[in-house]
Amino acid sequence: MIALIDYKAGNLTSVRKAFAALGADLFTPERPEELATADAIVVPGVGHFGATKALGPEWVEAILGRVGELRPLLGICLGMQWLFEGSEEAPELPGLGLLGGQCYRLRSTDVKVPHVGWNSLDMQRENTIVADVADHSQVYFTHSFVAPVTGDTVAVTSHGEPFASIVQRGHVAGVQFHPEKSGEVGLQVLRNFLSMVG
Amino acid sequence: MLSKRIIACLDVRDGQVVKGVNFEGLRAAGDPAELARRYNAEGVDELVILDITATLERRRALADTIRSVARELFIPLAVGGGIRTEGDAAAAVDAGADKVSLNTAALSNPSLITTLAERYGSQAVLVAIDAKWEGDRAAVYVRSGSTPGNRDAVEWAKEAEDRGAGEILLTSIDRDGTKIGFDCRLTAAVSSAVSIPVIASGGAGTLDHFVDVFNGGRADAALAASIFHYAETSVKNLKTHLRAAGIPVRL
Repeated sequence: MIALIDYKAGNLTSVRKAFAALGADLFTPERPEELATADAIVVPGVGHFGATKALGPEWVEAILGRVGELRPLLGICLGMQWLFEGSEEAPELPGLGLLGGQCYRLRSTDVKVPHVGWNSLDMQRENTIVADVADHSQVYFTHSFVAPVTGDTVAVTSHGEPFASIVQRGHVAGVQFHPEKSGEVGLQVLRNFLSMVG
Repeated sequence: MLSKRIIACLDVRDGQVVKGVNFEGLRAAGDPAELARRYNAEGVDELVILDITATLERRRALADTIRSVARELFIPLAVGGGIRTEGDAAAAVDAGADKVSLNTAALSNPSLITTLAERYGSQAVLVAIDAKWEGDRAAVYVRSGSTPGNRDAVEWAKEAEDRGAGEILLTSIDRDGTKIGFDCRLTAAVSSAVSIPVIASGGAGTLDHFVDVFNGGRADAALAASIFHYAETSVKNLKTHLRAAGIPVRL
């Protein structure tokens, strides 16, 4: 079973529905100990980085524990930003620290922020999470903060400046866009994650 | 580069789409789920279900409509029409809406915008503004355009943004149903005053009207209903035309 972490940062109906369409049932653990049986973990979320405060030390320890046992982890939107060291949106709160770098607000004044709508994925390298996803495919974004482009970046997207739209480091992956709202391309990304779960 | 969005609107009454009549190849002509599937296949970027059901009893059918449309749809879905309370919004979101659109209720109770933005995030809160020109001022109207809202549209859009709205759905009452083109002046006035996206609505009649509203009107998205329902053009045709005109779209 795949665990879907609900920390009250947005509605999870769409994420659950998209996985269900691919034949995967997700369970929502009430307590961190329930992650002990999880085959994989999905951390969704929209909104303020401060919302991740609800994921206290016990959750962090349980999630890092499963990741240490090589269980796949997927972060979506805010959940992807949480994989990094932190965000200037809530500087006092550390992220999971699985990926290096700090998230920051889109800086360009030539474009509208928040970044809302369909934008393209410019592939940087191949990896499991983007198998069968064509270069320049478009996906649906809605966010103001972004993760930096680093060695873990699989795809970048530009909105006034380039940012990491897909990341993967081993069995840890993240997407800044909403795969559950990105049509067939989004479903393919979720399929790829399920293939990592095996 | 961020694409300009094409949004199709389904006006639904008692569970049936009411504007369309020429649904070629559709088994159930007025079935919102069937129409949603067609638009999705044609590459529409987003759908809006606008509930125009008259009575409260029949309104309960809305959740079923949302559920049936959302079941197989993996693009953003907004729901509007008669959302007056946090409970109305919760019912729409629980049924599968990604965004709720507030109109009359936002103006009479602006704190509802903030309440919903805090509960679901700003990305889930659309504020719909119906406006028409009165001299040099774009005046807000509510209750389906029948009642003056005693507000300036640009000022109200700015306040809605400050209160937590994630997008503005701007309808020109002057142009609605006329097919003579979007109100680019109105759209540009609001779009340049706020930093959140503005969806232009009202007046679409030709493909070039969309080109105009993205260029001169500075719209981030354009919404239409009958131009698609009556099969005058497909979403795909429109997007091909926009791309040829140099406007970024998802094709």
